[in-house]
Amino acid sequence: MQLSGKIHSIETCGTVDGPGVRFVVFLQGCPMRCQYCHNPDTWAFVGGQEMSVEEILSQFDGVKEFLKNGGITATGGEPLVQIDFVTELFKLAQEQNIHTALDTSGILFDINNTTKIDELLKFTSLVMLDIKHIDDDEHKKLTGHSNKNILNFARYLSDKNIPMWIRHVVVPTITDKPEYLKKLGEFIGTLKNVHALDVLPYHDLAISKYEKLGINYPLKGIPPLTKEQAIIARDTIVSSMK
Amino acid sequence: MQGALIRESVLPLFDFKPGKWQTEINVRDFIQTNYTQYTGDSSFLAEPTEATKKLWSKCCELLAEERAKGGVLDMDTDIISTITSHGAGYIDKDLEQIVGLQTDKPLKRALQPFGGIRMAETSCKSYGYEVDPKVTEIFTKYRKTHNQGVFDVYTPEMKAARHSAIITGLPDAYGRGRIIGDYRRVALYGIDRLIDDKIQQYQTLEGEMSPEKIQLREEVTDQISALKDMKKLGEIYGFDISRPAQNAKEAVQWLYFGYLSAVKEQNGAAMSIGRTSTFLDIYIERDLIRGTLTESEAQELIDHFIMKLRLIKFARTPEYNELFSGDPTWVTESIAGMGVDGRPLVTKNSFRYLHTLENLGTAPEPNLTVLWSTKLPKNFKEYCAKISIKTSSVQYENDDLMRPVHGDDYAIACCVSSMVMGKEMQFFGARANLAKCLLYAINGGIDERLKVQVGPKFSPITSEYLDFNEVIERYDAMMEWLAGLYVNTLNVIHYMHDKYCYEKAQMALLDLHVKRYFATGIAGLSVVADSLSAIKYAKVKTIRDENGLVVDYEIEGDFPKYGNNDDRVDQIAVAVVKGFMAKIRKHTTYRNSIPTTSILTITSNVVYGKKTGNTPDGRKAGVPLAPGANPMHGRDTNGAVASLASVAKLPFKDAQDGISNTFSIIPNALGKDEVFLGNMNFISLNKGCCEKNII
Repeated sequence: MQLSGKIHSIETCGTVDGPGVRFVVFLQGCPMRCQYCHNPDTWAFVGGQEMSVEEILSQFDGVKEFLKNGGITATGGEPLVQIDFVTELFKLAQEQNIHTALDTSGILFDINNTTKIDELLKFTSLVMLDIKHIDDDEHKKLTGHSNKNILNFARYLSDKNIPMWIRHVVVPTITDKPEYLKKLGEFIGTLKNVHALDVLPYHDLAISKYEKLGINYPLKGIPPLTKEQAIIARDTIVSSMK
Repeated sequence: MQGALIRESVLPLFDFKPGKWQTEINVRDFIQTNYTQYTGDSSFLAEPTEATKKLWSKCCELLAEERAKGGVLDMDTDIISTITSHGAGYIDKDLEQIVGLQTDKPLKRALQPFGGIRMAETSCKSYGYEVDPKVTEIFTKYRKTHNQGVFDVYTPEMKAARHSAIITGLPDAYGRGRIIGDYRRVALYGIDRLIDDKIQQYQTLEGEMSPEKIQLREEVTDQISALKDMKKLGEIYGFDISRPAQNAKEAVQWLYFGYLSAVKEQNGAAMSIGRTSTFLDIYIERDLIRGTLTESEAQELIDHFIMKLRLIKFARTPEYNELFSGDPTWVTESIAGMGVDGRPLVTKNSFRYLHTLENLGTAPEPNLTVLWSTKLPKNFKEYCAKISIKTSSVQYENDDLMRPVHGDDYAIACCVSSMVMGKEMQFFGARANLAKCLLYAINGGIDERLKVQVGPKFSPITSEYLDFNEVIERYDAMMEWLAGLYVNTLNVIHYMHDKYCYEKAQMALLDLHVKRYFATGIAGLSVVADSLSAIKYAKVKTIRDENGLVVDYEIEGDFPKYGNNDDRVDQIAVAVVKGFMAKIRKHTTYRNSIPTTSILTITSNVVYGKKTGNTPDGRKAGVPLAPGANPMHGRDTNGAVASLASVAKLPFKDAQDGISNTFSIIPNALGKDEVFLGNMNFISLNKGCCEKNII
């Protein structure tokens, strides 16, 4: 049986979602409602284009000469919403020696039921885990969900020794407080096999998307994070990692 | 007995390594036997000297004054520009290491009426000058121009096609350019030796006098007189360039006199300089070793030379400037590249040329073009990257792709046209508008804007919805007509250019039997591909005016669009290119030149779009065609790589003169800098050093 997924879009020249130049598959649908989300058009569980794993891999094949040191990244949306599809995609990709990266919030992780995620991780070269906020209350305010599953997922990956990047968006007045950054650093310090820390400075380029979709932009008035502020935030996290 | 022809004056070159270059005109051999590779970094480079700073600030003042005066500082109205038409001109004689101006004053534009007197008059008029009536009289009553020759011969059909802009941008009223004289020959051999060589060539052209041989004999005579004039030009500035250059300063100066002769004689659409940096490095390196030149002085020579190239200007009309988005001179210099023996052709002088962008600041001209190979030395690549980031003024072209075709002594004319130095040239041929051709196929040869019959009177398509097979059949026939008309129009143009505006100075620095390319071009490829795709995969309804002429289209449904690496439409684009080229090849080309085509309208696509009506892909009348082989704006939705993959399918064999895909990208989209992505494996070992270790 051919598995098909709901694909929001494909970016063939992805340079910011994992190592190298990558073929980035944006999957449709996400349970999170992060206030700073820059892809609100991927939230809905309906819509998107139906594509089979074979179709995606054949598209990848057509451009692979351009993808230097890269591979495939599954992102979204939340790719774990369509975990069976992503597993199949990564499995066939790895059979062709393609590097696979999973860009996830980890929100759907369930410590008591890991069968499916274990299967996916078998074919995943790298997990890019986005920790939205280290403080649970703040996390709820920011995303509408607790961060419990996310932090559990980080520990789980660490225990299984899966290579990971930690991504963190630094938003002025929300995640940029030194105490939070320190706490985040301390948490990352307990994890094994973290290959990189990807500090993402908050930007407001998505405002026009919200306007188009008729959704209220929750962070109106919050300025983008400057490069200097980002350096300070990065250093704060790193120095707290022990 | 070839050796016996060498003059005494060649002998002082004994401290260069000997080779074939001594017994024949062979600059490549001289370079290969004598150049010194450089794999080091840029730390040896010298700052601008005081003289350079002063001189360049004078130039900047003049350029500012020129801008303030509306684009032109001064114009000649009564002196007809030739190699020897003007006395010596200087910016500041005491400061200039390299001398020579196009006229008697910097930035004063020369009067060059051989291409067409009307063009010269219009250029002057548009800046408030009046050509001397006597000059007008000479070039209307006594001396025919290239432009006049062309229009004497054009058929009504050619004139109509030109007027409707289905073929457009033709070099019938301006100089065709695209010929690169091997100016290095002046430095290496001196003029006398080059004259001897031409006399010898002339003597081989005897016996049966065919029109071709008569033409060539006349041309060689013209070339010899141009060489004699070059010698006089040297004398005007106090130099004897009859002999080879003896040191670095002379080598730069001699070479520049060769180039100056060309631009004094021709106002060509692209007046490229060739591949000079590594050649000149041989002289500089020798002087550095001799101790007669310091690095600072070497850089000064190059800075002053580049300064001169930055001041090259021509008198042009506002229409010309609109077509080319400004008045580019295309003084393209090709730098670096690899040798066929595997040695990089990077020398210290490759660095010095790029360094002028730091010493003098950024500038679009000369168009410094790095012939890029993955095998170039790392230090040089890093310096290129640094200069590109700092100045955005370096062009790159793929040496690994062109070297197998042209060897290792080719150069770029204009923006992408590659040709072997001294051995190849090109007949520049502007573009055929394939998008308009499709509209002609639908409307039976009637122009959609002018509403007059331009193409052959084929029966138009009368159905309400366009049928793919029917459209393709008519399109094929219409392309057949267009290809024939296009080639024949160009044949007329180049015949007349050779006859009335022959590039004798440039051709004097080429071999006798040059390989000529007949360069055609295509505009509107992506519009055609998307239109045919819409007709095939969606439904396209025709909207007609009161006379039944299709003037607009309505698309029902979606269709694959070129630029998304989707073969359903990309293969249509491939078939159009192959088909058009095959039709071009069916025709006899002037002087047995080899037909090539290009898909690279980089600026003129805007003007072509203005003259093209609504198209079946949904593009509205007047909207620019996409540049070159680009997808139409906004239709490539799968990212840059898919877009590049679509373009990469186009066959280079059928578009040898170049395929362009213009795309710009914001720096942040090219990945993360060190701030935002620290490598943790490294941090855990040594915190604080992560900035230098990026994944």
